[in-house]
Amino acid sequence: MSDTQTQLEIDREKGNFRYDVDYEFDAGTGLTEKTIDYICDVKGEPDWIREFRKDALRKFHEKPMPTHWASKDLENIVFDNIRYYLSQGQKPKRSWDEVPEDVKRTFERLGIPEQERKFLAGVEAQFDSEAAYSNIKEAVGKQGVIFVGSTEGLKEHPEIFRKWFGKVIPTGDNKFSALNSAAFSGGSFIYVPPGVKVSHPLQAYFRINAENFGQFERTLIIADEGAEVTYMEGCTAPKFDTATLHSAVVELVALKGAKIQYITVQNWSNNVFNLVTKRGLAMEDAEVKWIDCNIGSRLTMKYPGVVMKGRRARGEVISIALAGDGQHQDTGAKMIHAADDTTSNIVSKSISVGTGRATYRGMVNVPRHLKGCKNNTECDALLINTNSRTDTYPAITVRGTGNACQHEASVSQVSEEQIFYMQQRGLTEGQAMSLSVNGFINDLVREFPMEYSVELKRLIDLEMEGSVG
Amino acid sequence: MKHLKIDNLHVSIGDREILRGLSLDLPTGQVHAIMGPNGSGKSTLAKVIAGHPDYTVTSGDVLFDGESILEMEPDVRARKGIFLAFQYPSEIPGVTIANFLRAALQARLPEGEELEATEYYAKLYEKMDLLEMPRTFTSRPVNEGFSGGEKKRCEILQMAMLQPTFALLDETDSGLDIDALKIVSHGVNSLRGPDTGMLVITHYQRLLDYIVPDVVHVMVNGRIVESGTKELALKLEAEGYDWANEPEAEAVGA
Repeated sequence: MSDTQTQLEIDREKGNFRYDVDYEFDAGTGLTEKTIDYICDVKGEPDWIREFRKDALRKFHEKPMPTHWASKDLENIVFDNIRYYLSQGQKPKRSWDEVPEDVKRTFERLGIPEQERKFLAGVEAQFDSEAAYSNIKEAVGKQGVIFVGSTEGLKEHPEIFRKWFGKVIPTGDNKFSALNSAAFSGGSFIYVPPGVKVSHPLQAYFRINAENFGQFERTLIIADEGAEVTYMEGCTAPKFDTATLHSAVVELVALKGAKIQYITVQNWSNNVFNLVTKRGLAMEDAEVKWIDCNIGSRLTMKYPGVVMKGRRARGEVISIALAGDGQHQDTGAKMIHAADDTTSNIVSKSISVGTGRATYRGMVNVPRHLKGCKNNTECDALLINTNSRTDTYPAITVRGTGNACQHEASVSQVSEEQIFYMQQRGLTEGQAMSLSVNGFINDLVREFPMEYSVELKRLIDLEMEGSVG
Repeated sequence: MKHLKIDNLHVSIGDREILRGLSLDLPTGQVHAIMGPNGSGKSTLAKVIAGHPDYTVTSGDVLFDGESILEMEPDVRARKGIFLAFQYPSEIPGVTIANFLRAALQARLPEGEELEATEYYAKLYEKMDLLEMPRTFTSRPVNEGFSGGEKKRCEILQMAMLQPTFALLDETDSGLDIDALKIVSHGVNSLRGPDTGMLVITHYQRLLDYIVPDVVHVMVNGRIVESGTKELALKLEAEGYDWANEPEAEAVGA
């Protein structure tokens, strides 16, 4: 598999670079109450947040590491060696010209300002702990749409922020939601007023630049009645020898008749532990859709969920995972039906290459007293090499008589005959493999906005080119 | 004129020898048919020329215009101009015929050169009309859920698009009803010409009523035992293969 190694390096090339940056604020290593005080002081946060963080820190210490059901690899995270807050300053710039040169060139190299000009309604670019840049197109801002960082959100818009913050994902949901609640910094706060449909996506880009660092962004998106918004996030980090931690919490609230679509293309370098909690609340006739694509990281544990709290609410998770050599993508979905006539759909496709391991964990819950609920779950796995691994753990609980669910799962392998057939038509082994993989996920890639699906296809081509032999 | 020359070829799979000193010379501009009973090694010959990894060439050679191709990867051979119409084509889920052929043609272009989409589709539609295929056909995934006849037509469409120097047609008539056989044969005949050589492998003489060969070879037990004109095929039809069987040799699987 030496070829695979080379190709994986090439794939990381886009994000695998680092410019030196002078940090003005550094909370040092380890996480204690002192660290929290430092973060609160630097950010000038109100007391309720300081209390919220300290309560979360206690819960973080109480909660066990989920190694009993997940991966023992989690034991390799040394929390005391991690730096929990690093920034050049707290206030994001509204114009790229004002962003300090040493940070700006990173985002320019990643093509963020260019994407913003081409097809985005707003961009937030987070560099380690804080956003360096945050801006929304004037026309979108005039509609009353708020798109700011979490710190600005909690300070400037407490009446909306406090109502929902920590309500979709309680601090003690799991060890890493508690960790995020204690140390959070950055991420987006979005509010879309009633009836406003944001025509272009809002995008956040998360960049880890520092070694031994933990990024804990916190995102809260509220779509008021009848509002619609699409949010996209991308991420990269340089490849360090040491482990890096990314542990986000994302809460979505879709009020009556609202639609939120949340798109992730995760391409962390393969030293990053990516342990993320994502959940949406869908009220009556509302829709929350997660489109989640995991290509990078060392270990990802992420199970986007939707709580369907109002009648006829809909939840959807579209998930693509590519586990390359040495990677473990532990992903899935949670669908909690809490009202009549709610509908959920999960489509998960994973590809395991070399020693890569893809795991699907699904949880669907429909209680007995509900009626007219429907769930559809499909999970398909594709194994590239004989030493690749895939596991599926679907937990579907559908009670009552008026509810329906269907579940389909498949595991397939790219066969030698298939590769020979394609090679006979003139494609190299790598091109053949790449085309097979793209065919496997083709129907899901179409769900992504054009600009992202092209990028996704390119990433997969690069991953697959060298996966043979 | 180019030659595909097979020179005293011995091929094994595992310990089992399947081809036992087979020689053949196929020039461009000609159609050769290989007929033989089941298990005589006909399909093996086609796969070995295309470079299937399961087979080991123990001695002999395959020469493409004088150059040995045995050390070449299957895709290199394909780009040189060798095409195999498979007896059992593989499915490629999620990849449409149009995209697959586009990738195959793109792979033949020099680095940095892009296939011209308008020309590509014009050519694709022309060849589909020739094979009486509906336009919707190429937006279907390659061979997925195809009937036997559709698979074979899809093979000939690919051949028409890739314009090989040497085409190997492995039991292209199997699984075809008479109407489909006529359409496929018409497609194949339209590709005959001075720059193309074809090796038509078949069990039945029937196909040769439609694709009339210049030379017929009879293959038994991994060897060509007789070569002649198309009348030889009629003799086989009338008398079977028994006369050609060497009594001491046992049949081997293909």
